[in-house]
Amino acid sequence: MLVTVIYGERPSSVAGAAVDGDNLWLSLDALRTATGWELKPQGACLADMCVPIPTGREDEFVRAGGSQFNLAALARLLNQPVVHDDTHNVWFFGDAASTRSTALLSLQAPDFTLPDLDGRMHSLSDHRGKKVLLVSWASW
Amino acid sequence: MIISVAFDTGGVAAVKDWIRPAAPAQLPKELLDIMGWEETLSSRAATPTYPCLIDEKHVVAELYNMVNVPTAVWINEAGRIVRPAEPAGASDGFRTMDKTTFQMPEAVAAEGKRTRKLYVDALRDWVAKGDASVYALSAAEVRQRMRGPRDNDTLATANFRLGQYLYHQGHLQDAQRYFAEAQRLRPESWNFKRQRWELEEVGKASGPEFWAAVEALGEQPYYPRVELKGGSSPG
Repeated sequence: MLVTVIYGERPSSVAGAAVDGDNLWLSLDALRTATGWELKPQGACLADMCVPIPTGREDEFVRAGGSQFNLAALARLLNQPVVHDDTHNVWFFGDAASTRSTALLSLQAPDFTLPDLDGRMHSLSDHRGKKVLLVSWASW
Repeated sequence: MIISVAFDTGGVAAVKDWIRPAAPAQLPKELLDIMGWEETLSSRAATPTYPCLIDEKHVVAELYNMVNVPTAVWINEAGRIVRPAEPAGASDGFRTMDKTTFQMPEAVAAEGKRTRKLYVDALRDWVAKGDASVYALSAAEVRQRMRGPRDNDTLATANFRLGQYLYHQGHLQDAQRYFAEAQRLRPESWNFKRQRWELEEVGKASGPEFWAAVEALGEQPYYPRVELKGGSSPG
């Protein structure tokens, strides 16, 4: 099955995915390409961080002789919000509330990059060294 | 430096005439009253030269936990938040306006303009004095006034973001299901509510549904009162 996985804001088309209710099984290659996560002996790893697979729950996370990984199970373990649309086969993975709260409470202004009217990209961090009034509005 | 961010899933088409109007607009008195801009401030209106960014996914709302517009955050030279997300000089006076004539009682309009001017004056004080300004809050007070998202809030955002993706793929009907779920999960987010309405039908975000939702607030504020000086709790 062809599935769109949106992870870390980046949409990826993943062929050969298997959907089973609220579970999304990906090949290890697709897992790495779409999300950056890799399955290693110590658990699921993203860069230097590794999350051990809970003992006794291995079948929730890994199947087919270790060749498929359940990304949705990992997201649940990490308290990440997951929403999927089964009509268009799109899965969205967000950031956990604790991740967002920790970032905010550090008081370091979270960086972002967005376009202006002409499509030119601007990052908040471009303006380090200046005071910034960050103000939201909307046409509606 | 001002950085303005438009929370508009409609993208450039939705905001371009607001950022770069074809001709300078002379805003009617009623609108200036509603927005709380007095003559000395509104007469200086000009096409912005600062970055006016377009946030179709409402990413900045998620990062800074913003639920309404206009909401502002003050960030010092070191990138530290010195005022968390709060209404940027906006007040609730608009709730008294006549929905047909857009007129509001003079006393209410004057109070809205006073609130706006106090905010702008506070901003100017911070620009001049930096962290020594009484309006630049201590780290402890910023944390005390700040609220991070809860699990339901991030689930609401995930629904909104999936809706936004489907909308951009041309699946508006399917997208609306996720916008509606975002609204249900985080009912205090006017951003989710009004964006959804506007994508359903242009103008709906300011229509009867909006006014009914404002009415349903009862005694609760639409824009929470802001305590500008440090050392006090927000109202």
